[in-house]
Amino acid sequence: MEQKTPEQKAIEEKQSREKFEASTRYVHKKVGSIVFGILSPKMIKKMARSKIVTPELYDKEGYPVDGGLMDVRLGVIDPGLRCKTCGSKLKECIGHFGYIELARPVMHISFIKVIHTMLQCTCKDCGRVLIPEDKIKKAKSQLDKIEIEEGVEARRDGVKDVVAAMRTVNKCPHCGSKQEKVTLEKPTTFMSGERRITPIEARSRLEKIPDDDCWLFGLNPAAARPEWMILTVLPIPPVTVRPSITLETGERSEDDLTHKLGDIVRINQRLFENINAGAPEIIIEDLWDLLQYHVTTFFDNEVAQLPPARHRSGQPLKTISERIKSKEGRIRHNLAGKRTNFCARTVISPDTMLAIDEVGVPIIVAIKLTIPETINEWNREYLKKFVQNGPTKYPGANYLIRPDGKKKKITEETKEAILEEMQPGYIVERHLIDGDIAVFNRQPSLHRMSMMCHKVKALPGRTLRLNPAVCAPYNADFDGDEMNLHIPQTEEARAEAELLLEVQTQLISPGYGGSAIGCIHDGISGNYVLTKFLEMERNHAVELLCSTGIFDFTKVPNKKTITGKEVFSALLPEDFTFHGKSKNGDEVIVENGKLIKGNIDQKSIGGEGAGAMIRALQKQYGSQKTIELLHSIFKLGIETLLYTGISAPISDIDLPKPAEEKMHLLLSKAEEEVNTLIQQYEQGNLEAFPGRTVEETLELRILEILNKARNSCGSTIKEHFKEGLNSTSIISSGARGNILNIVQMAACVGQQALRGKRIDKGYHGRTLSCFKRGDLRPEARGFVRSNFKIGLSPTEFFFHSITGRDSLMDTALRTPKSGYLYRRLANAMQDLRVEYDGTVRDANGRVIQFMYGEDCIDVSKSEQGTIDVKRIIKQL
Amino acid sequence: MKEEIKEYEEKLNAYLIKELLENAPQSKLKKAAKKTVEEYESAKVDPGEAVGLICAESIGEQGTQMTLDTFHFAGVAEMNVTMGLPRLIEILDGRKEITTPMMEIFLKHPYSTGKNVKELAMELKQTTIGDIAKEYSLNIADMKIQIILNEQKMKNLKITISQVGKAAEKLTKAKITTENNMIEAKLKDNQDLSALYALKENIHDVPVKGIKGIRQVLTVERNGEFLIITAGSNLKKVLELEFVDTERTTTNDIYEISKTFGIEAARQAIINEVMRVVEAQGLNIDIRHILLVADTMTVSGEVKGITRYGVVSEKSSVLARASFETPLKHLINATLVGEIDSLNSVVENVMLNQLIPVGTGLPKLKVKND
Repeated sequence: MEQKTPEQKAIEEKQSREKFEASTRYVHKKVGSIVFGILSPKMIKKMARSKIVTPELYDKEGYPVDGGLMDVRLGVIDPGLRCKTCGSKLKECIGHFGYIELARPVMHISFIKVIHTMLQCTCKDCGRVLIPEDKIKKAKSQLDKIEIEEGVEARRDGVKDVVAAMRTVNKCPHCGSKQEKVTLEKPTTFMSGERRITPIEARSRLEKIPDDDCWLFGLNPAAARPEWMILTVLPIPPVTVRPSITLETGERSEDDLTHKLGDIVRINQRLFENINAGAPEIIIEDLWDLLQYHVTTFFDNEVAQLPPARHRSGQPLKTISERIKSKEGRIRHNLAGKRTNFCARTVISPDTMLAIDEVGVPIIVAIKLTIPETINEWNREYLKKFVQNGPTKYPGANYLIRPDGKKKKITEETKEAILEEMQPGYIVERHLIDGDIAVFNRQPSLHRMSMMCHKVKALPGRTLRLNPAVCAPYNADFDGDEMNLHIPQTEEARAEAELLLEVQTQLISPGYGGSAIGCIHDGISGNYVLTKFLEMERNHAVELLCSTGIFDFTKVPNKKTITGKEVFSALLPEDFTFHGKSKNGDEVIVENGKLIKGNIDQKSIGGEGAGAMIRALQKQYGSQKTIELLHSIFKLGIETLLYTGISAPISDIDLPKPAEEKMHLLLSKAEEEVNTLIQQYEQGNLEAFPGRTVEETLELRILEILNKARNSCGSTIKEHFKEGLNSTSIISSGARGNILNIVQMAACVGQQALRGKRIDKGYHGRTLSCFKRGDLRPEARGFVRSNFKIGLSPTEFFFHSITGRDSLMDTALRTPKSGYLYRRLANAMQDLRVEYDGTVRDANGRVIQFMYGEDCIDVSKSEQGTIDVKRIIKQL
Repeated sequence: MKEEIKEYEEKLNAYLIKELLENAPQSKLKKAAKKTVEEYESAKVDPGEAVGLICAESIGEQGTQMTLDTFHFAGVAEMNVTMGLPRLIEILDGRKEITTPMMEIFLKHPYSTGKNVKELAMELKQTTIGDIAKEYSLNIADMKIQIILNEQKMKNLKITISQVGKAAEKLTKAKITTENNMIEAKLKDNQDLSALYALKENIHDVPVKGIKGIRQVLTVERNGEFLIITAGSNLKKVLELEFVDTERTTTNDIYEISKTFGIEAARQAIINEVMRVVEAQGLNIDIRHILLVADTMTVSGEVKGITRYGVVSEKSSVLARASFETPLKHLINATLVGEIDSLNSVVENVMLNQLIPVGTGLPKLKVKND
């Protein structure tokens, strides 16, 4: 019989395995648990597929060298090659370990502290702990107590002290041999007095420690025998862990780990040769130290006392511990967070014509993202249409997947053949079409409402479109924000997305039990204007309703002029009754689907916790109906404004002459008052408030006067800022802005405060060099008397910029702080869940609460966190 | 308990029943109760709901809207309170030393009317020799210090010279003699000059009167009664005072409350303090979330912060701990003890691409193909 090469054998094995796996296609394996421990030398050899003997990587043809670091038995990273161990090709083979036999043992840097305590506390001859037999028990209980209170680490730190306290003389209580103090010369050298303890000696001492004594040190001998902490063989990670990159020039660039391993193998070989050749002790020791250095930096390149190993360019190598650590490390970057396919990201823009639970997807995106659909008898013809269209014509299909998993690309050429081939059981990856499920997300994803499920609507253009009503939960605006879109690929995922993530299900915020979604901007001010001021002819009202998509006019009264309230009522369900408050405290009453009293504003239909009417609609008619209503309310608002027009003209902030003069007078009077105060202070006549210094008193009184002046400016403005102005409508409906903005534009910007005080920083004794030292007048301390309409004087502008910068700083500093708080909270509490018995427990089953929130109410199903008994009674 | 509502008693909680009884007319009571039960049942949490994460989201999201404005003025110069985000972080960290400890001391009846409140308050305030000293003079030749005290201040605080002398004697190693309004401190044995300077510093800080830790006091009137607000906190000592209303007096130092009153009180203190911050910032967080955080912090029987040393360190899963902070430390420790991660919580299963044990990951249902 023909002798098989290992490669052939491996391929055969793989094929039979694949056959088996195909026959049991839906068997899923589950990892039950993970055991941690130190690899013993035996284990390292056992799991290794190759012994690495040469630092060379490739031969002249560029094929990996046998016994080199890129050995094909360790896995493949080149396309075309097959792994000699498992027979798989690139991307299929997960890689296999190798090992090197170290010529001399070396310390493992991560365990150096433990090794040190063990050497200190055990006998150098018999390996027993240096406390008498009768005291061991006591020591154990003492240490157990530490472990329970402060953890294993504290136990390991504590061992030293406990042992030191209990040992009597410098003699081993078990065998009587004399002990010497062991010191650690950082990073990896142990000294016994002047004499160096070689890793060989240390290892033989650790070997002698009996299993029972290991427990004392918080070491489980089954998982981690102390001598395993000193390496005699080094496992070589698979090549798939350290893939090389081929540069554009065709040159190969190896991974940092491969470089480091190359160093280790090279030095190891030299050491080995030197030992065999009987080289002088000093040379061997130098090489040994070098080997130790390389092995140390292989594990951790950030050891305090060692110079980090560097590239030729001087940039430090990224070795094993740097790969695991930190936000960009393996754990947080690759394991706890993953990348996905079937997603899109682009700029967003608003589209009020889209339903609230829709997302507009550009066609160029829709032809790239696909949904797999399995062919069956009933949908074959339907799916053929997609295949017929091919990959470039929308709606088409990109791939056909055979039941054996082979993927075929649909192109103009292959189209005909594929159409022929299509039969039940095959899967077509068709383009996104209207009504498909997509998950839409905007970072930072602070909420669960930051990721909601929408229905796809394929649209021309290059941006993702969304209804502005969902801006609030995403915290999105359209100044260049980008958002992500994910397309779930399995039935389970789609079902889950639809049931749990859809916009309708997220109407009520779980944070406070109010509506998270509502009208914004024009949607609010439009309805306000409509319900407050407008009256129109009937045909006009019908037109308005038509444009918002309402075609049932039975609710529009049959008379000549229709009020805005009646138009709004046409949207509401017949039996809807609602009692609420508007922004200025007036009652809003809806009875039997008719808005009887009050104006619709942000308090009724806004988002972010406002929106009492939306909340009531949801309670009465369910989520689906509510978002439909919300959509038409929103549209009605916008259509109203399209009909009436709205803008905030500069004339809105024009004041009549007398008012302007009054304002001028007010401010001058305030300034005068302040000046007299300052004079009093300078003459020493100012009386201090109790518990304050004179200076503080002055400051307080000045601030008081200036604030009063600005406030009375404000009230003057309010007098002149009559209803009916566009700006007034915008402000009093709660759509945007507040009266303070108007005051700042029309009257006076006011005192600029920094840390709750007037501005007093800058030069010695003055804020700017154009003022005299000690100038306490308002204009020298950041009082901006001008308004934005006139414009600011240079000094005023400067003071205004100071506070502007300060608030910018505040935001910049706050974001990472609150982000970290959020991360900690999420990490600490992520595995708390409500059990079937209503208790809240953590992953270990420990009860955190016996009843969630003390009443088991889900905030997102409640009304502002409670059950509204009063409403229930009213509704009966 | 009214007859109509009896059958619903077990199905509703006390609050809802109270609401019902107060608001529903007799005729509608039964119907209302039935409807309330219906709504209550439908508003209950679903089993498997990841309430912890929702809690973290609700607090974390609102946290981004908090101001960083640290200080809120309360009247006297030294009296300010950390508020906003820094305070929230401080509470959730479970810090033992907080930046601005504060007490609200309520008074028993006759005292709370406002008479002599100022004097009572001054009695609390810790006064050191430094506060009442007018002049120091170091006599290097005799190795002694002479301190002239401010008589006016002493009179105000009702401190006598002998009290000062006794206090100094007790807390310094020097020989103290008093005379008129001067005290003299002499080093006992011949020491060098640096010892003399050290003594000066020591003597400066010798407390003569008041309660340790109370740096500043302020009396305020609230709802018609007077109370004392202090900067600095010493709950145990304050509660021992005869004029203090022990039932309402409180501090914002959670660790101190836990020491004095135990863990349940500490839990309530966390809730109160977080609520206070949230309300002061005008934010909207449901109390259930805050209850859950407070419970998580206190289940173990002592106050544990939401940090790597506190709550997170108690997790049983190695990978869950490692995914938070200092991953290497956790992994290495796990190898030494041979820890077994039985993959019970969320992150580990995310790492391994397996179903997570919350929400829809709980029921073991799968679609059957074919």
